[in-house]
Amino acid sequence: MEKRQEIGIAGTVAGLALVAGGAAFGAMLSRRHKGGSDDAPLFTRRKPGTDNPILGRTVTIRKGRSELYEFWRDFENLPRFMENVDEIRKDGDARIWVIKAPAGQTVEVRTEVVSDVENQTIAWRSVEGSDIETNGEVTFADAPGDRGTRVSLVMFYDPPAGSLGRVIAKAFQREPEVQARHDLKRFKMLMETGEIATSAHRKDNTRKAKQQENEQ
Amino acid sequence: MRALAWHGTHDVRVDTVPDPEIINPRDAILKITSTAICGSDLHLYDGVIPGVQPGDVLGHEFMGEVVETGSDSTLEKGQRVVVPFTISCGGCFHCKIQQYSACENSNPAEKQDMSASLYGHPMAALFGYSHLTGGYSGGQAEYVRVPFSDVGPIVIPDHLEDEKVLFLSDILPTGWMGAENAEIQPDDTVAVWGCGPVGLFAIQSAIVMGASKVIAIDHYPNRLNLAKQLGAETIDFRKTDVREALMEMSGGIGVDAVIDAVGMEAHGFAVDNMLDIAKQKIGMGADRASVLKQAILAVRPGGRVSIPGVYGGMTDKFPLGALMEKGLQVRSGQTHVQRYTKDLLEKIEDGTLDTTFLISHRLPLEDAARGYKCFHDEQDSWTKVVLKPDMSAGEKAT
Ligand SMILES: [Zn+2]
Ligand SMILES: [Zn+2]
Repeated sequence: MEKRQEIGIAGTVAGLALVAGGAAFGAMLSRRHKGGSDDAPLFTRRKPGTDNPILGRTVTIRKGRSELYEFWRDFENLPRFMENVDEIRKDGDARIWVIKAPAGQTVEVRTEVVSDVENQTIAWRSVEGSDIETNGEVTFADAPGDRGTRVSLVMFYDPPAGSLGRVIAKAFQREPEVQARHDLKRFKMLMETGEIATSAHRKDNTRKAKQQENEQ
Repeated sequence: MRALAWHGTHDVRVDTVPDPEIINPRDAILKITSTAICGSDLHLYDGVIPGVQPGDVLGHEFMGEVVETGSDSTLEKGQRVVVPFTISCGGCFHCKIQQYSACENSNPAEKQDMSASLYGHPMAALFGYSHLTGGYSGGQAEYVRVPFSDVGPIVIPDHLEDEKVLFLSDILPTGWMGAENAEIQPDDTVAVWGCGPVGLFAIQSAIVMGASKVIAIDHYPNRLNLAKQLGAETIDFRKTDVREALMEMSGGIGVDAVIDAVGMEAHGFAVDNMLDIAKQKIGMGADRASVLKQAILAVRPGGRVSIPGVYGGMTDKFPLGALMEKGLQVRSGQTHVQRYTKDLLEKIEDGTLDTTFLISHRLPLEDAARGYKCFHDEQDSWTKVVLKPDMSAGEKAT
C-alpha cells in the first residue's frame, strides 16, 4: 500500500520536474559546457553521494531545428508526449501546467518563459509561490550531416519542505530522470513518425487509457 | 479471437483473447492466413529469454489479408501482405540508413530501458518476442495489429501462394543476410553451422551468391539431406571432427567464411557448454556459444565470421586471441528485413530461390501447442511448421 503511494508521488514529481526557480540553476546552465577539465555536460558528472537535482538528456531527432523549436514553443503541444502533464494552458504571459498528482488529483504550477532564442533555446521557471520550484531549458543544435537536430533537456527542481517534500525528494533520486528520458523519446517518436509507439493490443489497453482509469 | 499464448516454460496454449484494434494512425489489422513457428520461438518455449509474460501472444513470422487500416496506413483492405518480424518506423536515423532492426522508435519508450541496460542501447521492437523487444502481440493468432504498416509489409501478387512467400517475414532474409554478412566471393569455401531453416536458407543464399563450396554442419540426417539437396557438402559433427574435416575440405587453408546459424542453444559436446547450460538455468547471462567458438577456430586467417544465430546474454572463454591474431571480421545482427524483401520476392518469382522445400508440417492454429512440442522434440523430421487459422482442427494436411 505504502509502496503504491510512493510510486504515485514519484510519478507526479516526475511531471513537476519538467516544469522548469533557483538562482543556482541559471548559473548551472551557463557553466554547462565548461563545468570542469573536460568537455562533457555538467549533468554527466559523477555525483558521489549527493542528491544532485540537476538532470539532463540529449536525443537526436531527424527534423530541422526550426520545426522542433516551433513545436516545443507551442507549449500546449507538450502534454502529447509528457506523460504526467495533463494540460498546459495560457494565462496572460504565464502558463499553467496541470500535472497529475496521487489519488487522481492534479497540481497546477504557474510558469513563465525566461529565455527564448529562436531555433536555439527555450527556458522556463516556476513563478514564486509554487509548491515545487523547477526550472527547465531545452536547446536545439544542428547534428552533423542529415542526422537532424540534437535536442537537450536540462532540469532543476527544489522539492517542498515538510514530510511530503521528503517523500518527493526521495522519489526524485531516480524517477524524474527516467521520466525525462521517456518523455524525450516520445517527443522524438512523435516528430519522426507522427505517432507514439505502443504495443497495446486494444485502445483501452494503452498506458494513457490505463492512467485515466486509475484516476477515476 | 483465438491465439497462441505463452504461459511458462514448455507451456503454450491456444486461448481466446480480445481482437486487436487500430490504435495509431499508421496501424493496420491483418487476418492471418499463414504463420510459422520459428527456431527462435523455441528460445521463448525453453524459457531462456527474459521479459515474457503469461498471456503474451507469440509469433513473428506471419502473413495475412488487410482487414482494417488506420488513417495514415498506405495499405488497402483486401491486400495480401507479408510482415517483417522487425518493427521499423521508417523515419529514424537507423531506418534511413537501412539498419531497420535498430529502429529507434518502434520499442515503446517505457520498454526501452530493459534492453538499454543490458546492451548499452535499447533494442528495436519485434513481434511476439518478449517485453525486451516491445511486448507486441504476435501473429500466431487469427488477427494481428501491425504498427507502421506503411513501412514493413510487402504486398504479394495474387498468383503466389502463401507458402512461397511466408518466409520473407524472417528466415529467408535472415539466411540471406547471414550469407551477405559472410561476404561470399566466387572462389570461397564457406561453412554453415546448423541446418535448421535459417541455416538452410543461408546455404541456398551462399550458393546463389556464387560460393564454390558450401559445407553444412549438423547431426540430424534429414536436415543434412536437405542441405545436400541444395548442393552443399555435409559434415555430421557426431561422427566427424569438424575442424579437421574443414581444414581438409578447404585444402588445408581453412574456410574463407563461417556462418553460425545455431546461436545460443547449441547441442555441442564441449565441456564448457555444460557449464554454460548450468549458468543459463540461473537466468539470462550465459549463452551456450560452442558453435561460435568452433567457427572462429575453423575460419582461415583474415576470414569472415557471420552470426545470424540468436544470442542474448554473455559468454565466457571466448576465443578472443584467435579473433585478434587471425585478423577476423565479425558481422551479426537481427535481420534488416525491409532491406531485402523486394529483391527476395523477385528471386522467389523468377525461381532463383525456393522456400517450400523445408516445410514439413501444416497444422491448424488450434494444434499450435502440439506444433511447438514436436518442432522442439523432433527436429530431424519437423523441419518447419506452418500454422493456418483457417484450417479446421480435424483437417490433416501435411
Ligand atoms: Zn523467426
Ligand atoms: Zn526507425
